[in-house]
Amino acid sequence: MPRRVHVQTTINGEEIDFLCEPRQSLLEVLRDVLGLTGTKEGCNDGNCGACTVIFDGRIVTACLVLAVEAEGKQITTVEGIAVGRELHPIQQCFLEGAALQCGVCTPGFIVAAKSLLDQDNNPSEDKIRLWLANNLCRCTGYDKIVRSVQAAAERMQEAR
Amino acid sequence: MQWFEYARPGTVGEAVRLLSEHGEKACVLAGGTDILVQLRGGFRTAEWVIDVKEIPALDEIAWDEASGLTIGAAAPCYRIYENEDVKKHYPGLIDAASLIGGTQIQGRASLGGNLCNAAPSADAVPIMIALEASCCIAGPNGERTVAVEDFCTAPGKNVLAAGELLVSLHFPAPKANSGAHYLRFIPRNEMDIAVAGAGVSVVLANGNFASARVALASVAPTPLFVKQAGDALAGQPVNDESIQRAADIAKQAAKPIDDMRGTVRYRKHLCEVLTRRALHVAVERARRNN
Repeated sequence: MPRRVHVQTTINGEEIDFLCEPRQSLLEVLRDVLGLTGTKEGCNDGNCGACTVIFDGRIVTACLVLAVEAEGKQITTVEGIAVGRELHPIQQCFLEGAALQCGVCTPGFIVAAKSLLDQDNNPSEDKIRLWLANNLCRCTGYDKIVRSVQAAAERMQEAR
Repeated sequence: MQWFEYARPGTVGEAVRLLSEHGEKACVLAGGTDILVQLRGGFRTAEWVIDVKEIPALDEIAWDEASGLTIGAAAPCYRIYENEDVKKHYPGLIDAASLIGGTQIQGRASLGGNLCNAAPSADAVPIMIALEASCCIAGPNGERTVAVEDFCTAPGKNVLAAGELLVSLHFPAPKANSGAHYLRFIPRNEMDIAVAGAGVSVVLANGNFASARVALASVAPTPLFVKQAGDALAGQPVNDESIQRAADIAKQAAKPIDDMRGTVRYRKHLCEVLTRRALHVAVERARRNN
């Protein structure tokens, strides 16, 4: 039986280490080992985006990353988006814009939208839709999500 | 997921040694967007997963005016389409790298992985064939080079022997007055598998085609190089008639199957349409490059 591997990484700004089996995905370790259950499992094959995390500056689906690959990386999960008890403008706008119903896809959308607005503070609707194409939502029909990302972009610009 | 051991070699030599030692029991991990799905689903088995992303030669993107472009086999799509040299000199490659999967997949998936996975529908492969790319392969007996059109041998199969590793893809420097384009048809805008795709390149001279290359996705057991379509353009004037003839040859050459994504007839029709449209865009790009 393969040995377990010791991994040192940074999650939401905090240096942590964990033991994992080489076959475990980052998603499994986030949820089942580290208790960071904000990241959701949807399809577990990279199609739905519910497990989106920021991995060394780029969004990835955590189900398609092995936990051992996290060694030395910087990871942001949905738990790292709010500042203390203050919601990030994207989270606030999702609430105000009713951009969620069941909520399973929401952490993935919020993390993906965060990475978009970090690199483009005024994206077009087309760019938002294309950027979020790897995130599936079966409740909202996407319109409210897109509008909430636009609202968050505006709010972040005003705050600047 | 099935049990396996994990190794992260830092050099090509170390990777080749591990792959040679474990043979059929080893598989290579680059972006993981295909292999992890296959391992989890039981479509493939492996006792060793060899992660090659930390090997510098598999991660680099290097441009040189004389020798051309070298892209490490594991370099993710986003690094390709954000690279200024690639944007400037190989816009056809940007077409493919920016439409594979979605943003998250592009954060991990690589051209080398797309090629090694050897899916008939691989979006990056037709344009690599059109751009005359070659594969730099390292193995226990040294290095060898294989043209991209000769790399895939059957669905999911490629020319790599036990112990061999795809290190990088090399693209010759673009010729003067050349242009390329990749077009894919899917029923939605993104996150889907090509019903058909066409990658083309052209070189123009004095209002004529000097040469051209056409390759198709999803219409044969492997990505399909249609040499005769490009050859038919060489020496011909650049006009709708010559482009139509090449598109018709591509349609004839396509050997698709019926499946849930499309019928034989539909796919052959798409080959004609996509080849024609891609050639027109490639010509426009070539004219802008003079």
